[in-house]
Amino acid sequence: MTLDFSVVADAWKSLLFGALGTLFLAFSGMVIAMVVGVTGVVILRMQMRIPSLLVTLFVEIIRNTPFLVQIFFLFFALPLAGVRLNPTVTAILALGLNGGAYAIEIIRGGVESIPKGQTEAGLALGLHKHEVFRLIVLIPALRAIYPSLASQFILLTLTTAICTSISAYELTSVGQRIEAETFRSFEVYFTLTSIYLVISLVTMWLLAALGRWAFSYPQR
Amino acid sequence: MREIDVTRTHDSASRAFPKEAAPMIEMRQVEKFYGPFHALKGIDFSVTKGEKIVLCGPSGSGKSTLIRCINHLEPIASGEIVVAGHRLSDSQDAVDAVRREVGMVFQQFNLFPHKTVLENCILAPMRVRKLSRAEAEETARKYLERVRIGDQAAKYPAQLSGGQQQRVAIARALCMEPKAMLFDEPTSALDPEMVKEVLDTMVSLARDGMTMICVTHEMGFARQVADRVIFMADGEIVEENAPDAFFSNPRHERSRAFLGEILAHH
Repeated sequence: MTLDFSVVADAWKSLLFGALGTLFLAFSGMVIAMVVGVTGVVILRMQMRIPSLLVTLFVEIIRNTPFLVQIFFLFFALPLAGVRLNPTVTAILALGLNGGAYAIEIIRGGVESIPKGQTEAGLALGLHKHEVFRLIVLIPALRAIYPSLASQFILLTLTTAICTSISAYELTSVGQRIEAETFRSFEVYFTLTSIYLVISLVTMWLLAALGRWAFSYPQR
Repeated sequence: MREIDVTRTHDSASRAFPKEAAPMIEMRQVEKFYGPFHALKGIDFSVTKGEKIVLCGPSGSGKSTLIRCINHLEPIASGEIVVAGHRLSDSQDAVDAVRREVGMVFQQFNLFPHKTVLENCILAPMRVRKLSRAEAEETARKYLERVRIGDQAAKYPAQLSGGQQQRVAIARALCMEPKAMLFDEPTSALDPEMVKEVLDTMVSLARDGMTMICVTHEMGFARQVADRVIFMADGEIVEENAPDAFFSNPRHERSRAFLGEILAHH
């Protein structure tokens, strides 16, 4: 068997755009996951029965079903509800909701790790509960769990490959197309593997840099 | 041994202070439970403006619980608490009104680790008192100078020693211009060599006429600044007396036992 990487080299432009598509899905998904995560924790903290129950239900459903099923569900269920979104937007939504459910669990752990004295000091100064959460608890809580959150987000980045199933525009779908046109399976997937590795490492590095910037205050 | 000393009434306070002075803090028949545990049993006492009270007693006697009820960090089961004319209830408005008048200093300092010393001090004045940043910073610098830590304003709490952190915590509370200050074992978490700098700050605050309630076992501090020492045990006020009288001639069996314990090594 002879290896021929020239077909892959010829398609470098498509691969580059595919990689950019993957990064776009990943970062948009992270932003939504972050919003879902923090919002979910805020709702849980309000300690109202029905909203808390809904959040818990959401988390459990997401964590106990396959992502592939979730993304198909969104893709086929949304149109039934009269919402038409293109595959990429659906994919971002699916990634954001999925990542968000895990983020809720992680961030909640962080919030619970913050000593009660922090909250009490804020309340004693006359701040309201929501101000205490937003201004005093949130940043140290995120700092405490940032490594877990970052590795969850790396996982999210790799999960974007599944979005090819609804033909969202990303790296794996581009690779599959090249493979279908050239029958060079090994060369294509070897290249995809390398590109994903680079994407992961770069994302990890970016998240670490973001963490250092956002949580630059000295730890006790 | 459960009988309460009859001389412990508000008379001693009204003798020392003019009758017309309304109490700054008043508790009447305050009851507090943690589940089945009866933490405060019919607490009755009042503090006049400018008075300094030292609260002491064995651990679990309810002294921390008592001062935490004053600013509603702990809700009470029944009874009445009035602070600077504001009657405390579970309503947010009542809680807000009381917390605006009362500052609190905690055993563990509880500075916000992600904010600089200055930011710690201006957060609540800007949010709660609606001061502009410039006004809040001016106030903050004034009080940071006052606790002799003005040169550390740009540092983060983790960069300060325990004693410095507690002085910042005192300044942070003062920035809200409270009418009374509550201290919950402010020196208990400190290394011995840092206790003095915090006590000195508290003494100077007392000299300036601040109304203070301090939960502390620092008996030197009690002798130096307290107008009254209140001794608690099992959720009750057992004895209430002038510091000299309390230390030289404790009236109650439990006070004697307690003083024996804590003074044994002094």
